Amino acid sequence: MNKNTNNLLAYGVLLLALVAAPFLGAYPVFVMKLMCFALYASAFNLLLGYTGLLSFGHAAFLGGAAYLCGHSIKVWGLNPEWALLLGTAGGAFLGWVFGMLAIRRQGIYFSMITLALAQMLFFVCLQAPFTGGEDGMQGVPRGALFGVLDLKSDLAMYYVALAVVVLAFLLIVRIIHSPFGQVLKGIKENEARAISLGYDTQRYKLLAFVLSAALAGLAGSLKTLVLGFATLSDVHWTSSGEVILMTLVGGLGTLSGPLLGSAVVVVLENKLGEIGNLLAAVSGVDWFKTLGESVTMVTGLIFVICVLAFRRGIMGEILALRNRFK
Amino acid sequence: MEIFGVSVPAMLSQLLLGLVNGSFYAILSLGLAVIFGLLNVINFAHGALFMMGAILTWMAMTYFNISYWVMLIASPVIVGAFGILIERLLLRWIYKLDHLYGLLLTLGLTLLIEGVFRSIYGVSGLAYDTPDQLVGATNLGFMMLPNYRAWVVVASVVVCLATWFVIEKTRLGAYLRAGTENPRLVEAFGINVPLMVTLTYGFGVALAAFAGVLAAPVIQVTPLMGQNLIIVVFAVVVIGGMGSIMGSILTGLGLGVIEGFTKVFYPEASSTVVFVIMVIVLLIRPAGLFGKEK
Repeated sequence: MNKNTNNLLAYGVLLLALVAAPFLGAYPVFVMKLMCFALYASAFNLLLGYTGLLSFGHAAFLGGAAYLCGHSIKVWGLNPEWALLLGTAGGAFLGWVFGMLAIRRQGIYFSMITLALAQMLFFVCLQAPFTGGEDGMQGVPRGALFGVLDLKSDLAMYYVALAVVVLAFLLIVRIIHSPFGQVLKGIKENEARAISLGYDTQRYKLLAFVLSAALAGLAGSLKTLVLGFATLSDVHWTSSGEVILMTLVGGLGTLSGPLLGSAVVVVLENKLGEIGNLLAAVSGVDWFKTLGESVTMVTGLIFVICVLAFRRGIMGEILALRNRFK
Repeated sequence: MEIFGVSVPAMLSQLLLGLVNGSFYAILSLGLAVIFGLLNVINFAHGALFMMGAILTWMAMTYFNISYWVMLIASPVIVGAFGILIERLLLRWIYKLDHLYGLLLTLGLTLLIEGVFRSIYGVSGLAYDTPDQLVGATNLGFMMLPNYRAWVVVASVVVCLATWFVIEKTRLGAYLRAGTENPRLVEAFGINVPLMVTLTYGFGVALAAFAGVLAAPVIQVTPLMGQNLIIVVFAVVVIGGMGSIMGSILTGLGLGVIEGFTKVFYPEASSTVVFVIMVIVLLIRPAGLFGKEK
């Protein structure tokens, strides 16, 4: 079998598994959360993995859009489809503002600027009255899709979320394989050469940034719709760090990497306590029982290990292995 | 006495508080600049090491009754040694890679260090007292000058200027600057560049720890005290540009003062004003106030 059929088969199995998941005993809300983060990480990867820009401010797009979507449903009474669109547009707008400022500087400064701008938005959200400050924005109703399909049941919400995420993912695949995506890759490999070939690289970088921010905004809006709340932790810089970790663990610049990486990170964060108890039972070291409270420590450790020894990430390593055996 | 409806003593005391914060910005951004110059790594862990300096001092004072003045020296030395360990064991592996891996590695270290202290102390604030010699305030006639705050500003400025002097005016500093320009050429002249890199990192983080010790009696000591500060310092670095040592010092102090003024006139904006200034600087002078465009 050639590589493409293999890939298609793998994605087909994944899609089938997701469609069947609620009937196989998976908790729909948790799987929906996983899907939102998978979209968030894929959107981020479009920028870092395919354009080579390290944004340290994606929390702003995720969290900002989450608040906007929640507010528009709760206060303005928008239907969920419009709220999702509005959240996405909000992400895109923030992305345009951040992008315009950040691409004025190169390399490491770019990352620092995005981080600082996102922190500014964090403080704005902390003080603005409509976000609910430290308590977050609670009790956002799911409403009815197109005014017809009631999303109150988790199952209905699940398939809508699945459809949204799959469509967004297909859009990312399309972007990457389009001529535009090829130019982005060219910029990543060698920006000077792309410029000398006559490409206005600033414009390409800005557009990639806006697209990535819009999709992150979609992920944030969907998350609010699914969970019914938006909190400060989404706009906090650690959420920007998290998405970097997801992409890095899964594999930079691979399509499937962020999907896998986000699953690994989210499961780890949610189940670390159980993993710790298991380790304690197996090894007899009581200290492992406290692992559940040390999520930051463990994430930090994974970061260090990934950067030092595992830069290709899980999917990257698998792809490299496959190529070696060809 | 009032200016724009704000009493002058209140304004001066906010100004002093701004200078205190500015001193921390100055020391931290100076350390970042020195490290970036030679290592090409943006040290995200700077905030965590600043916190470590403060908490080590708290631990020594609380558990072993060691005086503040001893820790003012000991804490930076310990953290500096820890930094040397980090550089030797971890950072040296990534110099040949893209800049972003340096940022990610030190981000991981930050989470690790903060996580360790968080698992011991939680997130609530620990307090340690102002050393006896600096308790109280001096009456300057027009305002009461809290002694400790004055000490923080003086000590920081002296340390910053000393660092500037060493880097700009001594032979050692000349090696350092040459190493920043062209490390291979400097190595060809028989200077041990890897050792210089290690010591630079150690010195840079020792500066952060020194700021941490100074900061502890003024701001609450918590395992998370470094992380918000480091992001502001990043903005300071973007505003000033990392090309000039004196530029880092002046930008840091200046922004602290502006932040202090904002607290007087429009308190809601005090946590965002540095970022707003960053945006303005990016629009007008993208390379930063003291930066040279590469």
